[in-house]
Amino acid sequence: MARNLTFSIFRYNPQDPTSTPHTDTFVLDETNHMTLFIALNRIREEQDPGLQFDFCCRAGICGACAMVVNGRPGLACHTKTKDLPDNITLMPLPFFTLVGDLSVDTGTWFRNMAQRVRSWVHTDKEFDPRALEERMDNALAEEIYELERCIECGCCVAACGTAIMRPDFLGAAGLNRLARFVLDPRDKRTEQDYFEIVGNDQGIFGCMGLLACEDVCPKHLPLQDQLGMLRWKMGWAGIMNLLPWKRT
Amino acid sequence: MQTFQTDLLCIGAGLAGERVAIEAATAGFDVTCLSLVPARRSHSSAAQGGMQAALGNCAMGEGDSPDVHFEDTVKGSDWGCDQEVARLFCDNAPIAMRQLAAWGVPWNRVVPGKSTYFKGGKLFEKEELQEKEGLITARAFGGTAKWRTCYTSDGTGHTVLYTMDNRAVQLGVVVHDKVEALSLIHDGENCLGAVVRCLKTGELRTYLARVTLIATGGFGRIYRESTNAVINDGGGLIIALDTGLVPLGNMEAVQFHPTGIVPTDILVTEGCRGDGGTLLDKNEHRFMPDYEPDKAELASRDVVSRWMTHHMRQGLGVSSPYGDHLWLDIRHLGCQHLATKLREVDEICKNFLGIDPAVDLIPVRPTQHYSMGGVRTDKDGLAYGLKGLFAAGEAACWDMHGFNRLGGNSLAETVVAGMIIGAKVVTYLQNHHVSFPTGLVRDTTAAQQDRIKRLISGKSGRENVFAVRNAMYDALMHGAGIFRNGKDLEACVQTLQEVHARSEKIGLRSNGRGANPELALALRLPGMVRLALCVAQGALQRTESRGSHAREDHPERNDRDWLVRTLATWQPGASLPSLTFEPASTVWSIPPGERGYGGGKIIPATPTA
Ligand SMILES: Cc1cc2nc3c(=O)[nH]c(=O)nc-3n(C[C@H](O)[C@H](O)[C@H](O)COP(=O)(O)OP(=O)(O)OC[C@H]3O[C@@H](n4cnc5c(N)ncnc54)[C@H](O)[C@@H]3O)c2cc1C
Ligand code: SF4
Ligand code: SF4
Ligand code: FES
Repeated sequence: MARNLTFSIFRYNPQDPTSTPHTDTFVLDETNHMTLFIALNRIREEQDPGLQFDFCCRAGICGACAMVVNGRPGLACHTKTKDLPDNITLMPLPFFTLVGDLSVDTGTWFRNMAQRVRSWVHTDKEFDPRALEERMDNALAEEIYELERCIECGCCVAACGTAIMRPDFLGAAGLNRLARFVLDPRDKRTEQDYFEIVGNDQGIFGCMGLLACEDVCPKHLPLQDQLGMLRWKMGWAGIMNLLPWKRT
Repeated sequence: MQTFQTDLLCIGAGLAGERVAIEAATAGFDVTCLSLVPARRSHSSAAQGGMQAALGNCAMGEGDSPDVHFEDTVKGSDWGCDQEVARLFCDNAPIAMRQLAAWGVPWNRVVPGKSTYFKGGKLFEKEELQEKEGLITARAFGGTAKWRTCYTSDGTGHTVLYTMDNRAVQLGVVVHDKVEALSLIHDGENCLGAVVRCLKTGELRTYLARVTLIATGGFGRIYRESTNAVINDGGGLIIALDTGLVPLGNMEAVQFHPTGIVPTDILVTEGCRGDGGTLLDKNEHRFMPDYEPDKAELASRDVVSRWMTHHMRQGLGVSSPYGDHLWLDIRHLGCQHLATKLREVDEICKNFLGIDPAVDLIPVRPTQHYSMGGVRTDKDGLAYGLKGLFAAGEAACWDMHGFNRLGGNSLAETVVAGMIIGAKVVTYLQNHHVSFPTGLVRDTTAAQQDRIKRLISGKSGRENVFAVRNAMYDALMHGAGIFRNGKDLEACVQTLQEVHARSEKIGLRSNGRGANPELALALRLPGMVRLALCVAQGALQRTESRGSHAREDHPERNDRDWLVRTLATWQPGASLPSLTFEPASTVWSIPPGERGYGGGKIIPATPTA
């Protein structure tokens, strides 16, 4: 039986002085294989061409389309309407600056995060175009890839209690990013170097460990393990810090 | 209004744009990249399969070399490529891959010992050498003589783009995201920057630059069914074409990928077939060996897509509410393989189709995928027609792809071209100086301001932007799809001209304030229709079949008359592009010959002394 779906969508255009935050309702007949990508585009084309939302790859790999669907952050492009009730409420991700309606600015936050965790391989080796590549164990390469699968959708940060209270919190995405470099033998940073980045309340000691982040991560990243690993390592690094003879 | 000044303005922050940016930043120049979306969401991140470079590390890649890669690339292009560029590309690809490894890409590596693999549904065994342990490994892709495609599981584009962007952050490359370039600023001789609309506030900005690079990726979104991201609408090509001076090369060369899933047109990687997946028809018969006994599913994309379409036209497709399709079978690869090497595919099937590829067949059909055409450049990446304008990546027609791009050659192109062209940009920046006439900048900006005002006021007309866009889709899909013929192309060109006129008469239904999406599309659409006309008009003129351009009324490849590249420019106020032609290559290391697959007659070039 084809359903009629009712969408309640948050509306606000901060650039328009006449606009105030409110909810608009749209009704749509459900079709086979309908996703929120299909639904939102139909609403825009058939009912309200000014409706703002972000999609890019529409295939669950770019992270552009995160929003709060019936109270839960997730990727709109791979949310199928058949898994939702007749009434669907869509809100923009909290925490990030609102661009308009369902669209938020994740780019600024994530680039800032990359700068803060100094998200690159730190080495003083010069690249030699004539030399063979440095060898790496395939299993290790796959482990690194596992952590690198984050698509910067922002769901984990939006779901995180600490992040809501502390806007300078690195979030699970930031901590996971650092964990990726801790794992990578090409990165020559020491534990002390990492400690300086995350050994504080903006970093690993701010995390309350309630794991809303892992629950909502659409890429199913093992965030819990990474947070645990970092907390453990950074705990030790912190103790080492307090012992004067261990300092270098 | 905000004005920014920089040495190098990269319009586009995908792999190509960022790789060029990194080269200039390393040399100490100021660089600003523009992007419609945060850099890491650029479409480069969606590439799953991998990138080609003749490293020859893995067992099935033994004996590989840039020479073999070169031969595959030239054959793949159906002799439409610039052989000097293809050579540059193949020679430098191994260096680029190793550099990426040094920068942090977690490439899959050689694991020594025996293992099994599938080819055409059959099981084979191979043994990886101990001495190669830990070096970058490779997988098979269509149209290649050796396993040459370097990969990180099936997230190659993602890991490479993230590594590239990390490097850009490290070097202080500035990225302005959520902005859209609307027009180049030029004085008829020099390119001086761009007028840009902020997609957060709706405001216009100007960027003044000594060098401007177009790296805006493909323009697949002029087609309704495309594997491309929804942002791939040819913005960079449009602003180049609108100068009336810069030609676009080979716009009729549009690649259709064999395995877009039905109904959402999301791509499942060629790696599926490379790893041993097969194509089945409605009787679950594996039909590709009937047409291509040797290469079967691993013939090049243009060939496979055409046979699939042909096979469906014989009534052997599976019918569905979304039209006919075929099946892709990867069930025999096993859960372990699907869960590691083809994990994204596994997830796509589960998330978007609700099926499990370990037990179910995947519905697929050929879908628009890659734009071989683009801003025509010389081998240094310098665009024809304007000084100080470069182009790289899918937006460019540098031209190592000719009439058909081999899988794995475009992701590799972005970084190899980025490396080579980046060095040329640096030399250019060291030697050229320009001045920025304020009047010119003001006029260029005012022209865009005026377009926006007219659209919001409704003074241009009352056409509905989506209706006009749909009319463009219908015309192109019907006339300039996989198989083409003179009659349908003529109708297509004519319809598109009408659509073009309508696209100039769009009136908004919303208020157009702020980051209004209807306004964004309305600003872009006339240019998109012009691109569509370049495709259709080029395809109509080219009375032969070459690579992905297949004319039913001219099935032969005609080297006598068509061993040329189409150049399209658009004169201000015109209703059609002006076409000229140049030789496909100035160097013929490999003289035109048979591709070894795909069949078809060849009319040979008249031998010249
Ligand atoms: C689904 C899919 C899978 C693929 N898999 C492979 C593969 O396995 N191997 C392979 O070799 N190739 C693959 N390709 C092709 C390859 O991914 C692309 O050709 C390549 O990534 C293009 O890179 P680019 O840097 O040129 O452009 P993109 O990565 O597309 O970047 C374009 C940039 O330009 C910006 N931009 C666009 N217009 C404007 C404007 N008007 N103003 C400002 N900024 C603008 C965008 O925001 C973006 O930052 C695949 C393509 C698709 C569609
Ligand atoms: S576990 Fe830590 S990072 Fe995750 S949601 Fe809780 S506080 Fe945030
Ligand atoms: S860790 Fe997961 S939820 Fe967080 S940004 Fe990355 S992909 Fe999204
Ligand atoms: S649109 Fe890319 S993840 Fe949803």
